[in-house]
Amino acid sequence: MIDTQQMNSLAARMAEAEVKGRSPWADARRRFRRNKAAMVSLVVLVVVILFAIFGSHLAAWSNEEMDFSVMGQAAQLGAPSWASGHYFGTDDLGRDLFSRTIQGTQVSLMVGLIGAGIAVVVGTLYGATAGYVGGRTDAVMMRIVDILLAIPYMFVLILLLVVFGRSMSMLFLGIGLISWLEMSRIVRGQTLSLKNREFIEAARATGVPGWKIIIRHIVPNLLGVVAVYATLLVPLMILSESFISFLGLGVQEPLTSWGALISEGAGTMNYGTLWQLAFPLFFFCITLFAFFFVGDGLRDALDPKDR
Amino acid sequence: MFGYILRRIAVAIPTLLLLIVVSFLLMHAAPGGPFTQERALPPQVLANLNAKYGLDDPLWRQIVNYVWGIVAHFDFGPSFVYPDRSVNQIIAAGFPVTLTYGALSFAAAVLVGVSLGVTAAIRQNSWIDYLAVGTSIGAQVLPNFVMAPILVLVFTLWLGWLPGGGWGGPIFWIMPVIAMSTSFMASIARITRSSMLEVLGSNHIRTARAKGLPERKVILRHALKPALLPVISYLGPAFVSMITGSVVVDMYFSTGGIGRSFVDSALNRDYAVMMGITILVGALTILFSLVVDVLYAWIDPKIRY
Repeated sequence: MIDTQQMNSLAARMAEAEVKGRSPWADARRRFRRNKAAMVSLVVLVVVILFAIFGSHLAAWSNEEMDFSVMGQAAQLGAPSWASGHYFGTDDLGRDLFSRTIQGTQVSLMVGLIGAGIAVVVGTLYGATAGYVGGRTDAVMMRIVDILLAIPYMFVLILLLVVFGRSMSMLFLGIGLISWLEMSRIVRGQTLSLKNREFIEAARATGVPGWKIIIRHIVPNLLGVVAVYATLLVPLMILSESFISFLGLGVQEPLTSWGALISEGAGTMNYGTLWQLAFPLFFFCITLFAFFFVGDGLRDALDPKDR
Repeated sequence: MFGYILRRIAVAIPTLLLLIVVSFLLMHAAPGGPFTQERALPPQVLANLNAKYGLDDPLWRQIVNYVWGIVAHFDFGPSFVYPDRSVNQIIAAGFPVTLTYGALSFAAAVLVGVSLGVTAAIRQNSWIDYLAVGTSIGAQVLPNFVMAPILVLVFTLWLGWLPGGGWGGPIFWIMPVIAMSTSFMASIARITRSSMLEVLGSNHIRTARAKGLPERKVILRHALKPALLPVISYLGPAFVSMITGSVVVDMYFSTGGIGRSFVDSALNRDYAVMMGITILVGALTILFSLVVDVLYAWIDPKIRY
């Protein structure tokens, strides 16, 4: 016998579910919120970004001042302390490490975001075009990517920086030149699977021009993949820049970056100024950690395969 | 298969030529010649120098001569900064060192990484699994230029067990190999673990177990081979970043490999040496990715060319 009450409540529940329909994005958001590591990492990222933007208001010393009472005796007098206002200590020139770390954080985050931004714009358009047009154009375009990927890019980047002088714009150009390659491959693969779907066919049948199909119909459907890969690309860009700066070929004084600060800290740790390595390294590590976890969380949230 | 290898080589050659020509043009476009010094040289001396290094020829002839020298005689020309040394000599001095610790690091990364990954997959959710996953995440954010100073700090300054730099017997190899291989070891362990887990859940493994094969044989014969495919495709990019990492190792441990020569020549604007090393590394990279692809095709008979 059918329990009327149970049936009624079931019907009520079904009606409710129908009203509160969830979009795939809301689903993804819910999955992301459940991922503790990703949520914690997101908070860490926000804190680091706030630190980069507003940290200089907390600093007692600006990044250009030199504390002459500490200069040359960083190992004895430059240790981190509240009293002197050098929260993170100083380097051997008496420069405040707190302010320098803020400056380095700004530069490194900027390099990471701009590098990933170039990759997103160029890689998405290039990959979507290659995938959508197909045929010979696709073959030529992807062969170019293959050739560029086979080149040891770090060596070419160093060559570029040496030949054309070390400057921020050259660094951005060099990192931007290589960052989009992998992205365009991923995007092309996605486009290939999208382009035979009915809604694209419908657009084509109604006479929408090719470039408009790419921008209006293909690119929005790629956003999930692109977002995941871009988040994972930011730490890679930061790593590349730090590597270049570690070699002394990247960001030049008075500007600084995490790589430059770590390099300096690593060079002076024999003299007992460990804080010069520890603080930049700490920010470097937690930020990279956070980006990797947020990227993984996004992938789990947006990828319907591994639910 | 043979046709595939031929086709790959047919693509590799223009890639390499492109690399040579582009780096040559870059060098040519650099502001100031290789003999630009603070005190201007007398015009006659400059002309003689240019004549000696062939820099007064037209550009196309210089390129053709350079490419021909590499292809026909494997000769990268003279160094512009050290008149008594050729680029070949500089590379020959550093390359064996780089090759020694590079090969060791590569072997260590693959062997330890794969065994760690397999163990973690077999004993999923045990302490060894958590250890493998934890270290692989940690190693991702500790690149070699961070590992190197920390290693020196711990093993040389605090414990005093290992020499902080130089190149001699095997005791000098330990820290460079650790600094170079850790992050790749971690990545390989993570990739192996996830692909092994996937393979262990597949039908052919159930069949192998059902027909009563010993577990050892199931893992080594039936699961490991397909599980290694993603690892093999990771080896190509890993090789490139390892070569890049040799720059840090050479800088930090004063091992005297080609990474050191590269950075020195970059700082001295010794373009001939920079180009020579870039081209050598490019050739190695292309050769290695060819080997990886052939290996991939050999392991996975499903792939058609």
